[in-house]
Amino acid sequence: MTRHTDDGDAEEGNGTDGERDDGTEPPASPGVPEAGRDEQPSIFVPDDGEVPEAGSDDGLGAGPATGDGVADRAADRAATDGGVESATGGSDSTELDPDAYDPVDVFPGGDLDLREGADSCYKCTSCDTSCPVAEVDEEFPGPKFQGPEQWRLKRKDDHDIDESITSCSNCMRCDDACPSSVPLSQMHNEARGQFVEEQMEKLSREYIRNRILSNYRFFASIASKVPRLANAATKIPGAMKLGEKVLGIAGDREFPDFATETFREWWKARGGAQVQNPGKRVAYFHGCYSNYNTPEVGKAMVRVYEHFGYEVMVPPQKCSGTPMFANGMLKDARRHAETNVENLVEAIGEGADVIASCTSCSLSLRQEYPELFDIHGIEDVSEHTYEALEYLRINEDLEGELAGTELADEQAFAYHAPCHARNQGLSRQAVETFRDVDGVEMEDVGDSCSGISGTYGWKAEKYEKSMEIGAEMFEHMEDAEGDVGMTECPTCAMQMEHGTGYEVEHPLQLLEDAVGA
Amino acid sequence: MAIDSDVLVVGGGLAAITSAIAAAREGADVRLVSHKASTLRQASGLIDALGYVPATEPAKPLREGPPTAGRELDRDEWPDPEGPLADPFEAIDRLPETHPYRVLGADALREGLALFDDLAGDAYRGGHTDSNALLPTFGGSVKPTARYPAAAEAGLASDDRPALIVGFRSLTEYDARAFAGRLEAAGVPFDVAGAEVEFAEAFRADTKVTRLAKALDHDEEIGGAPAREALAKAVGPHLHDVVDEAGGVDRVERVGFPAFLGDDRGDEVRAELADRLGADVFEIPMGPPSLPGLRLEDRLYDALDAEGVRFETGNPVVGIETESDGRIETVAVDRKGRETPYGADAFVLATGGLVGKGLDSDRESVREPIFDLHVEQPADRYEWFVDDAFGDQPYARFGVRIGEGARALDADGEPEYDNVFAAGGVVGGADAAREKSASGVSLATGIAAGRRAATEATQ
Repeated sequence: MTRHTDDGDAEEGNGTDGERDDGTEPPASPGVPEAGRDEQPSIFVPDDGEVPEAGSDDGLGAGPATGDGVADRAADRAATDGGVESATGGSDSTELDPDAYDPVDVFPGGDLDLREGADSCYKCTSCDTSCPVAEVDEEFPGPKFQGPEQWRLKRKDDHDIDESITSCSNCMRCDDACPSSVPLSQMHNEARGQFVEEQMEKLSREYIRNRILSNYRFFASIASKVPRLANAATKIPGAMKLGEKVLGIAGDREFPDFATETFREWWKARGGAQVQNPGKRVAYFHGCYSNYNTPEVGKAMVRVYEHFGYEVMVPPQKCSGTPMFANGMLKDARRHAETNVENLVEAIGEGADVIASCTSCSLSLRQEYPELFDIHGIEDVSEHTYEALEYLRINEDLEGELAGTELADEQAFAYHAPCHARNQGLSRQAVETFRDVDGVEMEDVGDSCSGISGTYGWKAEKYEKSMEIGAEMFEHMEDAEGDVGMTECPTCAMQMEHGTGYEVEHPLQLLEDAVGA
Repeated sequence: MAIDSDVLVVGGGLAAITSAIAAAREGADVRLVSHKASTLRQASGLIDALGYVPATEPAKPLREGPPTAGRELDRDEWPDPEGPLADPFEAIDRLPETHPYRVLGADALREGLALFDDLAGDAYRGGHTDSNALLPTFGGSVKPTARYPAAAEAGLASDDRPALIVGFRSLTEYDARAFAGRLEAAGVPFDVAGAEVEFAEAFRADTKVTRLAKALDHDEEIGGAPAREALAKAVGPHLHDVVDEAGGVDRVERVGFPAFLGDDRGDEVRAELADRLGADVFEIPMGPPSLPGLRLEDRLYDALDAEGVRFETGNPVVGIETESDGRIETVAVDRKGRETPYGADAFVLATGGLVGKGLDSDRESVREPIFDLHVEQPADRYEWFVDDAFGDQPYARFGVRIGEGARALDADGEPEYDNVFAAGGVVGGADAAREKSASGVSLATGIAAGRRAATEATQ
């Protein structure tokens, strides 16, 4: 297990994980499923070899790549591939037990059959009513069309995916709104992936821009090698305008600062875990933002968990895939997922649960991973993943711990619940957790979407809409007593800061102060 | 380790919120867990108590014979429902004995409505009287209801002032002229005309009502003018469209719109339109997607927050985790694949009926999926329904039977558990759709269940 905590950085770095892509199997730990292998062949990616292949490392093959993808089976099938029940429940066998098989199994290999979901829709339109994009953009036909209706339309071979799918911000509020459990975001992800794969011009500015935005981690990893230079570069007058002109990245946004010491650098420097406890282990999925931009969130996670006696592991990891799903870059997401699943499964095998501090990362590992990919062990990752505060609320007497605690300096916070927190039942946890802490006033600024939705608000053509969606939140933040914002999602935090000028914190940072960790 | 509270309410609609607040006001520590966003957003926003007493026996008795033989009955052989009722309370005695109003008594309804009045404040009307109000609804019919949004007040069907109903070509599910025609046919005591105006044309054809509401909230520019002004201008030429019986033309005194006049700032939008038009402005409650339902949801969830109720949405309660001595100790919440125990001293089940999925059915049986509570039903599924779609459908009354204090009962009429209570659509015995009693049943059972659960938990 020490491999995770010692040389994680080398493993985590870009392009150094090539050994996995050479076809060598990862060493299997006893009792741990082999990770990174397909259970079933994939679906809509044509196998004629003409599909541009991004290459098998983190590099951005923005144009039609010359990749030798043929030799690399895993990289060849990048898109959604079925989502069988679990790592142990997939059917490699050709013989189906009539009592046990899922209806999905009767469709041709690996097809993501969403018919049941489409049939469950009774057209109540609750999803449309909850859609923050449809509320400001009448050109967007809404989740009901993008989901069940488009799914039916594209049963016909000659039917293209409607381009409007790219206007969906993947906030996934429709999932939460649907009283009939239609897997709307899964349908959107699948349609978007298909659109990008088959219909989007790979040399277009939009494709390149989206590829760059969704591979934030790649650029952040380079920038954070020279953080001061990178920070200065984004502040050069006209630099962002140039970005807008050339790439269509919203010029009015302030580029986030890169930390001079990344979380992983800090982790290594402090000598890894300070608490050893085989009975209480967690594997921290810090995601890209806590590593490169806000390591104070990651540090707070480590200190709080160690305060509660947990042994923290920091396995090698890549992007959770959230920005890639939102841009239909499913091949990229899958490649990163293989690394993540492999390393997280290994940590789970060592007794750990997986903890994310970003609600989009946790939602991705829990929901989108098993819905879209069929990687060995992916169900185990899904079932063992929690958001950081959620896990403590379930497993520790957080209320007892916080009762009677007092914050040194009184502070009121304007709390915004990220859309992705809603789908996990977490939208009220920060308000409820800190309700009884003296000196803390936590006000929920309402159920509107912040409007940035990860990469959506970074696109020049979506910037205005993004700010329009966010207007309600900005207003409620101004009305709230607190002048410090609070949220679990790094891009929501970006938008909150952008719209109000408030400093924005993560609940873990407040928890760190409150328990004196 | 379980996530604990005194009372755990399962569900997110009107019954769940009512019981949560009722329990909190009794001093209990309450948590509410809802699988999905509240179904209030699909609700019309009207709070019905009891509008009709439907016949429960056909005019002619069913013929003897196999189950299918009885299904030849003609709709005409059923007596019409009694109503619209002026006073819902006096009619309660004529409901079937197993109806929740009969089980809990008229006072439960009265107290439930009083709690609602307290929570809704000045956003709702009707609390001044026991009598039903008559409201025009989206379908062009007139509905007896106990409470209605202030935004709908000027639309009361008992008001004799002439009215103009405004519609939009792009809002295809809503035809203003047909609507006005149906109101006339229903015999309303006022002159009415419908007119289609150009306003929503600035948006594309299938624009969501939330988009229109937002545009009015923010008074966005529409075709060069602020949205509210643009809308008033479009309606202006039709203010004399109403022709009375004598062929005379009157200027209308009130104008009805589909319910999309703003979301957060509805009062402001209505006031400005009324000012510009020189007539009262009202909203006509619509089916989903429903702005009045969304507004009510916002208001009631704010009330939950103010009462100190913890709530979470997004994960379903999937079953009982532990029980002992006839009491449930913990239930299992499915948190994205991992079941987490939630413990409480008392549980309120408010998960809705067959549509809300609080009741589940297949070809064999109808079940309550969380606690597996008893659901009374004929063994032969051909007896679950009658051919007349508008007849007394047995399935409409399927649900969990409750006793005193809204405690869930088993097949023998004894409490199934000592600490499980049921409220709202999951409760059987009412034919809410025909009675127009859905909200009232939720309020009456909600307050009874919430209070008793709190007593059970804190004693």
